[in-house]
Amino acid sequence: MKDMTDIDTGPLLRVEGLAKYYGSRVGCEAVSFDLHPGEVMGIVGESGSGKTTLLNCLAGHLAPDRGHVLFDRAGRMVDTVTMSEPERRMLSRTEWAFVHQHAHEGLRMNVSAGGNVGERLMGLGARHYGNIREQAVDWLGRVEIAEDRVDDRPTAFSGGMRQRLQIARNLVTGPRLVFMDEPTGGLDVSVQARLLDLLRGLVREMGLSAIIVTHDLAVVRLLADRLMVMKSGQVVETGLTDQVLDDPQHEYTQLLVSSVLQV
Amino acid sequence: MSAEQISGEYNFAYLDEQTKRMIRRALLKGLAIPGYQVPFASREMPMPYGWGTGGVQISAAIMVPEDRFKVIDQGADDTTNAVSIRRFFEKVAQVETTEKTTEATVIQTRHRIPERDLTEGQVLVYQVPIPEPLRFLEPSEVETRKMHALEEYGLMHVKLYEDIARHGEIATSYAYPVKVEGRYVMDPSPIPKFDNPKLEMSGIQLFGAGREQRIYAIPPHTQVVSLDFEDYPFQRMKAPQCCDLCGAGESYLDEVITDDAGGRMYVCSDTDFCRERREAGHVGALGVAEDAA
Repeated sequence: MKDMTDIDTGPLLRVEGLAKYYGSRVGCEAVSFDLHPGEVMGIVGESGSGKTTLLNCLAGHLAPDRGHVLFDRAGRMVDTVTMSEPERRMLSRTEWAFVHQHAHEGLRMNVSAGGNVGERLMGLGARHYGNIREQAVDWLGRVEIAEDRVDDRPTAFSGGMRQRLQIARNLVTGPRLVFMDEPTGGLDVSVQARLLDLLRGLVREMGLSAIIVTHDLAVVRLLADRLMVMKSGQVVETGLTDQVLDDPQHEYTQLLVSSVLQV
Repeated sequence: MSAEQISGEYNFAYLDEQTKRMIRRALLKGLAIPGYQVPFASREMPMPYGWGTGGVQISAAIMVPEDRFKVIDQGADDTTNAVSIRRFFEKVAQVETTEKTTEATVIQTRHRIPERDLTEGQVLVYQVPIPEPLRFLEPSEVETRKMHALEEYGLMHVKLYEDIARHGEIATSYAYPVKVEGRYVMDPSPIPKFDNPKLEMSGIQLFGAGREQRIYAIPPHTQVVSLDFEDYPFQRMKAPQCCDLCGAGESYLDEVITDDAGGRMYVCSDTDFCRERREAGHVGALGVAEDAA
């Protein structure tokens, strides 16, 4: 468990009554929760349950139809739904990070690994090539990419390496909140394990808060402190990860947990 | 409109007055917001895209019968593009044309700024193929417009970073991105980066992209800074030789292959500048003195 003193400082992110509709269809509805500093929350559910819609609303990629997303900025809770676009884009470049399921959506495929990691730094005004490169190499090392690959393009990387590069690119500016959309989707199990290990290390080391959307219960078991189960756009169950997975209350959660193949 | 203004079957300078008005409005907006790309309703011109339709439309919109018009293509007055555009305006506007930079009031150019400094009252019109400096890294127009609006220019440095990572130096040698008056990042059209420092000048600079339907401008005495890194500062670049015809050491040179045995010579790309120097008695390594010729 986390150090309880963190929670006294108030939540990092507070979501109130968030809803998104696609015409008459429900994307997600009546979602409310608090995320505290250093906490990792998992969102699980089947395909089409509104996980990704919710994540995109939280990260400002989609405009929700109702509700508020309050983010702690220097002790003040600001509503990211109503804030101006330049402010929101600034936030998503500095204090937030977004890890896409497919690494090519989050990377510039025709720019070298070093350039990919350096983009956020240059976006914040870094204008010294030597320093940018040094930081890029340092970050590639932290995600276990060899230094001699710094000038290679991501097209020359394997799927697992791309995903690690995407993580390095996102974390280089030291964000406080990371959104992850199926970060291990499409990777084989041994690569998944390594990536999860790496993510767990980085989250603990940097004290990151994270919201992880996945349909893989093993991922949340390993990474998440808290779990939210969604079905048809509704949150059906929330609680500590172990509690939800070991003693599921809602019938859908029970179905989900019992569907996992035992090897 | 009076009868004198109409030349033959065409309105003066080919375009109709309403179109000229529309272009002038775009030009005024461009001058008011230096470096900002103003959309305009580019017309079909009697020449293909890529032949300078953007520049031609600007020239036509600002031209008055008293103007003296000069056209250069890669610095030269006598290449296809320059000759055909000059002829076009001789025909549809009957303005006086000249090859002398100092005498011209409107100079339309492709890929060069004349060596001779322009003075107040002269207008330099650029032909621009791709006005968006961020285009090759960000294909979405919606996104690049947003980036300009919010001054998010980190991506431009990613391009320069890639240059250094791959070539050990900023290898971009033409269309080198600049920041205008501390605000907009602009593509100065494919002029060699040798010409970049000359973008701060006394003349008015107008940029027209016909196919992409954009106009932008730099008013006189506007600050124009070439982007770079602290540890890799912007550097001008030219061939280290002197002009073989006029001996100039400070002008931008073209390399001309003279035979199939490796023979080559370097000549000023600005033909007017070179001619002027030869007339003044300067002779390069392979040149012949004017009176002897």
